[in-house]
Amino acid sequence: MTVETRTKPISTSLTAGKLPRWTTPALLAGALVVCTVLLGPENFAGGIALGAVVYLIGIVTLSGIVEGRRKATDRFVTSLVVAAFLIATIPLVSVSWTALSLGLPRLDVAFFTQSMAGIIGEGGGALHAIVGTLLITLAATLISVPIGLMTSIYLVEYGRGPLARAITFFVDVMTGIPSIVAGLFAYSLFSMVFGSGHRSGISGAVALSVLMIPVVVRSSEEMLRIVPNELREASYALGVPKWLTIVKVVLPTSIAGIMTGIVLAIARVIGETAPLLLTAGYIANMNYNLFDGRMTTLPLFVFTTYKNSGGTDVADLDRAWTGALVLILIVLALNLIARLIARYFAPKKPGR
Amino acid sequence: MKITRFAGAALALATAVSLVGCATNEQQPTTAAPGGESPATTDSPAGLTGSLAGSGASSQGKAQDAWIATFTNANPGVSIAYDGGGSGAGRTAFAQGGVEYAGSDRALKTAELDDPATAFQLGTGTQPWGKCAADSGIVQLPLYISPIAIGYNLDGVENLNLDSSTIAKIFSGKITKWNDPAIAALNPDATLPDLAVTPVHRSTNSGTTENFTDYLSKTAAADWPFEVSGDWPAELTGGEGAAETGDVASILDSGAGTIGYLDASRAPGHTVALKVGDQFVKYSPEGAAAVVAGSPLEEGREPFDLAVTLDRTTTDPSHYPLVLISYLIGCETYADANQGALVKSYFSYIASTEGQALAGEQAGAAPISDDLRAKVTAAIDVIS
Amino acid sequence: MTSTTQAAEASSPPATSLQGKPRPGDRNFAATALGAGIFILVILAAVTAFLLIQGVPGMLADPADAPTTLGQSANFWDYVWPLAFGTIWASILALLFAVPLSIGIALFISHYAHRSLASVLGYIIDLLAAVPSVVYGLWGSTVFAKAVVPIYAWLNANLGWIPLFGGQVSVTGRTILTAAMVLAVMVLPIITAICREVFLQTPKLHEEAALALGATRWEMIRMAVLPFARPGIISGAMLGLGRALGETMAVAMVLSATGVVTIQLLTSTNPSTIPANIALKFGEAGYGLNVNVLIGTGLVLFVVTFGVNALARWIVSRRSEFSGAN
Repeated sequence: MTVETRTKPISTSLTAGKLPRWTTPALLAGALVVCTVLLGPENFAGGIALGAVVYLIGIVTLSGIVEGRRKATDRFVTSLVVAAFLIATIPLVSVSWTALSLGLPRLDVAFFTQSMAGIIGEGGGALHAIVGTLLITLAATLISVPIGLMTSIYLVEYGRGPLARAITFFVDVMTGIPSIVAGLFAYSLFSMVFGSGHRSGISGAVALSVLMIPVVVRSSEEMLRIVPNELREASYALGVPKWLTIVKVVLPTSIAGIMTGIVLAIARVIGETAPLLLTAGYIANMNYNLFDGRMTTLPLFVFTTYKNSGGTDVADLDRAWTGALVLILIVLALNLIARLIARYFAPKKPGR
Repeated sequence: MKITRFAGAALALATAVSLVGCATNEQQPTTAAPGGESPATTDSPAGLTGSLAGSGASSQGKAQDAWIATFTNANPGVSIAYDGGGSGAGRTAFAQGGVEYAGSDRALKTAELDDPATAFQLGTGTQPWGKCAADSGIVQLPLYISPIAIGYNLDGVENLNLDSSTIAKIFSGKITKWNDPAIAALNPDATLPDLAVTPVHRSTNSGTTENFTDYLSKTAAADWPFEVSGDWPAELTGGEGAAETGDVASILDSGAGTIGYLDASRAPGHTVALKVGDQFVKYSPEGAAAVVAGSPLEEGREPFDLAVTLDRTTTDPSHYPLVLISYLIGCETYADANQGALVKSYFSYIASTEGQALAGEQAGAAPISDDLRAKVTAAIDVIS
Repeated sequence: MTSTTQAAEASSPPATSLQGKPRPGDRNFAATALGAGIFILVILAAVTAFLLIQGVPGMLADPADAPTTLGQSANFWDYVWPLAFGTIWASILALLFAVPLSIGIALFISHYAHRSLASVLGYIIDLLAAVPSVVYGLWGSTVFAKAVVPIYAWLNANLGWIPLFGGQVSVTGRTILTAAMVLAVMVLPIITAICREVFLQTPKLHEEAALALGATRWEMIRMAVLPFARPGIISGAMLGLGRALGETMAVAMVLSATGVVTIQLLTSTNPSTIPANIALKFGEAGYGLNVNVLIGTGLVLFVVTFGVNALARWIVSRRSEFSGAN
């Protein structure tokens, strides 16, 4: 210890006390190769994990000897941070790979043109679920957007004092409502009115609205706040009433951001399963009527077919994974649309 | 005006939804469902129209799906929905008048029939059995007989013989290893591994559990002192819990050393042979049908209330006593005569040899005996 | 649309005075906006009210009246306690995995990865949030649970003396630990997004000053970035906790629950969670007082998540007073 501290300051060369650049890749590759070969091909994942640990110990020891304790700690943390990111990508890769490999075989025409009515064994499709998802989500959007948008307008343009603060606080609270509680609420509401055990598409839409409204309020509020005040003042100066200023100046300026927020809110609720399990239910037939009878949605289709499969029935499992794949693709498409809206319809902001 | 553009987008979406149109497999009754069989030629009167709703036991869900598919293919004007949410939910929905018929893993008790308002917590002024005509009686028909299999996952053990007291010990956690002497004594030829036993049971209320525990408490009371109930005994905290029949199948499929009871329609490749009398019997539809045929009807019931008292302690080796009977419950007289005709026709199809054979094919169910069919047909005949 | 425009035009000529008369268009619009805001309060009040109306009878129910739910419990609290324990236990375990990982990922994106890569990497993590929970449930029960079985067996054999890893190891992998890891994956993007945001807000001058004094990158992060970001990390973790507490489908599909209270992670006897229990039992118990009992457990969940979220906000507001100003 004492020897080390005495020798360190003496080295004056800039390159001394530094590992050459090739150390990291060489050590990593070496550790991985040795460990995977050691554990054999049937335990490939274990080999990679062990290799990473060996590399970590190796690089920290080497660096500790050559570069000193501080550099060694830095390298240690760097490795951990990179490892954290790589670990996080494992589930993503695994989910995408499984969904693609198990979902593609049934991604055929029948899946989009048939329901599950009268289907025994193989075949059948999720048309009823896709239609149900679209209708219920559309209904939820039609409920949530006016309420959410008007609330955000109130908060930004009108709201002052305790009421506005209360609304802001309770919108925050609403963001934290667990989705199953929203489902319980919609179930209680509709079963009190229509009798116990009521199931319908609209009750599912109400449950989704409870989850969607706070998201819409949040994002729209943010977008309305970044509209420059100069625009409003210019409009007032021309004698335009406040409400027309909001409708004709403020909203068009922020519409791209608001739309992005709405699309993202749709993406958030379109994959919800739990509230719909309690409210919209599952049925094998087509149902176009939101107000009468059970209505299947895609997430519930996935859940039900998985449950029916018992993990062993291949026809059911295939349908479940194809449903999952379609669901993922829909959510991804919505995210992409949101990004495109944000990019292409955004007004040119002053000063940027 | 961007807002109108948004409204336009919403309208476009709505149009897209309506353009998606109808499912190609619906409203084309002449084409048989893919993978299904040709529509059965039942003696149902032509030109039936209307819709029926049923609710109840998940055990007969798969059979109901098959029956409905075939029946509605043969009768294009009819639509039937069966919601396999559970027996309790089905009985209550039927009592409250939510559905036209119920599926239930046990017959309605006489107390429930005598005083439905209390048993099902009906609101004051609600007519019990809401879909029935006033003062109509109830029919209960044992139309779905399913053996309960005990599946296991044990490499290298092709056949496993167990008696009820060993099964009781396994599921109550007294036997923890597969090479336990009690198991070895029953299976002298098998090489049993030194592996932990993981018993799998249903964690939600289920008719399968009720029948399984009933069997154990009737045949091995000393080793199974627990109450017979649809809920797994709370005293037993060991083992793995599975919410649904499908979950039991999936656990049996993936875990070495697991053993669990489940509806035979989902039975895995390896199932236990039960000791009946002095022989070991694997589950089979024939064995299940035989034990039901050999069991008496419950006494003190109305003539068309066909509740069966299962003979669990049978010693006849052609019987398989671990059986679940699921009933179809309907009205004698419906308030709506058209619905009465529909129910009558649908129940007749289910009771027919075709209907019973289809359930056997699709769900591993046992056909009812001719003797029982005669009684069931007599009961169906009164439905109107 | 046209009628309101006409109304506005009709009302605009008199509005020449500086004071301005109240215009009907303005009044109606403001009233609508206010109405929407109040409607949100009404919705929240309704959620609470309906949960209370339907849940309280369940909380007071006699077990004999609600056999499929309370059948084996002495009373409601006896029933809800193992579920509440399971909910909190699974969520805390999930946070133990998710928070360190999220900090690492956020640091990687904000301070380690190349600038041009950062937004792409951020998008990859956001993709994790785009996967619906039912898909995680499907993946967790069919792929992930099977993959962890050998790891659990190894942990149980070698570290079984630690109570957490003790007991009879599950052969299916459907344990509370698996459920917690799936939950961790689901809350990861939420916590990462917030951490990344606050890491990027660290004053550049602080970072550069630290580096100029010869600090390594880690020392700079430890001295400049992390202290600045602490309230953000805590609030992100709390929001993740709120999400984990309420997550339903993934747990319902992955976990093999038997309703016990245990801290053993690897056995096949696991506590269930409130939301998963509601989802799984709702079909079978969906009648009579049983529904009220389930709604009562939902009310308990609502109160717990409300408490966690409120606590998160309180911590943030308290911390930000002195850390933000520095």
